[in-house]
Amino acid sequence: MKRLLIANRGEIAVRIIRAANDLGIETVAVVSEADRSATHALLADQVVPIGPAPATKSYLVADAILAAAKESGADAVHPGYGFLSERASFAAAVADAGLTFVGPDASVIEQMGDKVRARQVAQAAGVPTVPGTPGGVSDVAEAVAAADEIGYPIMLKAAAGGGGRGIRVVADEAELKVAFPQASGEAASAFGDGQMYLERFVRAARHVEVQVLGDGSETVHVFERECSLQRRRQKVVEEAPSPGIDERIRTEMTSAAVRLCKEVGYRSAGTCEFLVDDDTGEFFFIEMNTRIQVEHPVTELITGIDLVAEQLRIAAGEPLRFRQSDVTKRGHAVEFRVCAEDPDRNFLPGPGKIGDVRLPGGPWVRTDTWLAPGSQVPPFYDSLVAKVVVWGDDRTTALRRAKRALSELVVEGVPTTTTLLIELLGQQWFADGAFTTGTLEEWLGRRAEASA
Amino acid sequence: MSRLEVVSPIPGVFYRKPDPDSPDFVKPGQKVGADDTVGLVEVMKSFYPVPAGTAGTVVEFAAEPEAVVDAGQSLVVLEVDA
Repeated sequence: MKRLLIANRGEIAVRIIRAANDLGIETVAVVSEADRSATHALLADQVVPIGPAPATKSYLVADAILAAAKESGADAVHPGYGFLSERASFAAAVADAGLTFVGPDASVIEQMGDKVRARQVAQAAGVPTVPGTPGGVSDVAEAVAAADEIGYPIMLKAAAGGGGRGIRVVADEAELKVAFPQASGEAASAFGDGQMYLERFVRAARHVEVQVLGDGSETVHVFERECSLQRRRQKVVEEAPSPGIDERIRTEMTSAAVRLCKEVGYRSAGTCEFLVDDDTGEFFFIEMNTRIQVEHPVTELITGIDLVAEQLRIAAGEPLRFRQSDVTKRGHAVEFRVCAEDPDRNFLPGPGKIGDVRLPGGPWVRTDTWLAPGSQVPPFYDSLVAKVVVWGDDRTTALRRAKRALSELVVEGVPTTTTLLIELLGQQWFADGAFTTGTLEEWLGRRAEASA
Repeated sequence: MSRLEVVSPIPGVFYRKPDPDSPDFVKPGQKVGADDTVGLVEVMKSFYPVPAGTAGTVVEFAAEPEAVVDAGQSLVVLEVDA
């Protein structure tokens, strides 16, 4: 691997360029018309324009990216997260063009990206899954019969969906009969497949995920991340290790993730998502993300492993450099996602021109961002502008440092969620680690009522 | 009778239809109520419905499908009775 094309933008493109540079690999950025002077374009060795500003006309156009790879002489492509990162056809097209795809093989992306098939893999590997239908269900009568066996409340998910889209919870048969045709119709138009997957809905659930690294034959876990603090199923704060599981669950969950990855001969960095029942301590495999994740830095800070660099090494054909016993953790890390949204106007996105920018620094503070004074937040892409990640020798120390770091962050010109994140740090339930996937939205609801 | 422009509240990408397989929210000649949606504007992966804002009759679209629009830019022209 001599020259890497990064098929992405924003903070993750910057992150990948840095990892490549650290390994002595040249980099090629691709840019839409909105990103010609973006940070990832400024940092890369070469820049190739790939189309108009909307992502559907640039960052999501596989042919434009493959043409850019050819034009620039790149021999590898890193997809980042989002965009084309979990599209099996893109991974296949990259490989067919004679280039290295930084990620698992197309067949593994396809297998693990399909919830029904991923669940079958989990069951084959002896990894617990949420009680639910073994396959996709396409009509109401079938759904009602399945729901009787599983038990309410029930969650409906598009078999071909992703990113939390199209998910609904129903409390009883009457609700199911109304929701099923709607959800199935939406899935058919969004994904071209109306099949739905039914599963038990766990009321007090934590979202905990295990980071893995595999080289096709060996797999290690790199501990877990707690990602329960979500708004509209988008993560807001993530931490490692999880404050919500004990050592027994940690051991069982991480070894389950390793078994799952060995079952498919997983190659690259990946994440196995689990739902933990906070009342019983049971955990269930939900899905696998076959890419680097937004929240990967918290794992890096507690283990000292550069996950993106390892992805590149594995893609270049190197075997894993760690045995499981070499992977150890120390202290606690927390990531805060700073978005260009106004938390006091129902998170209305605020694109625009940025004025002054001052980033947090100091010991054990890492800010992954593309922000620069005078730069532009385009309206076309997601609203993440910075990730403020802190480490401390324990959780209390990390949270205190987080408050200090977030207070140092200044972004003029556009609204950001920074003040909300600082307010969150003042909540006792957050300090206690006493939360589930619904807690953040409940708090936001109370907060909105109080100010109304 | 007077003409009124429905403008985008935010910068983003304008859509005339709720999804690629559906018909447009409105068509010229159609009567709309103040709360009826005439289009969507996508900003930072969120979709915001644009209401007509006032009752009237649709004259024409002022923005192409999937056009990049600024805040305040005209999207749809209405004819209103006032």
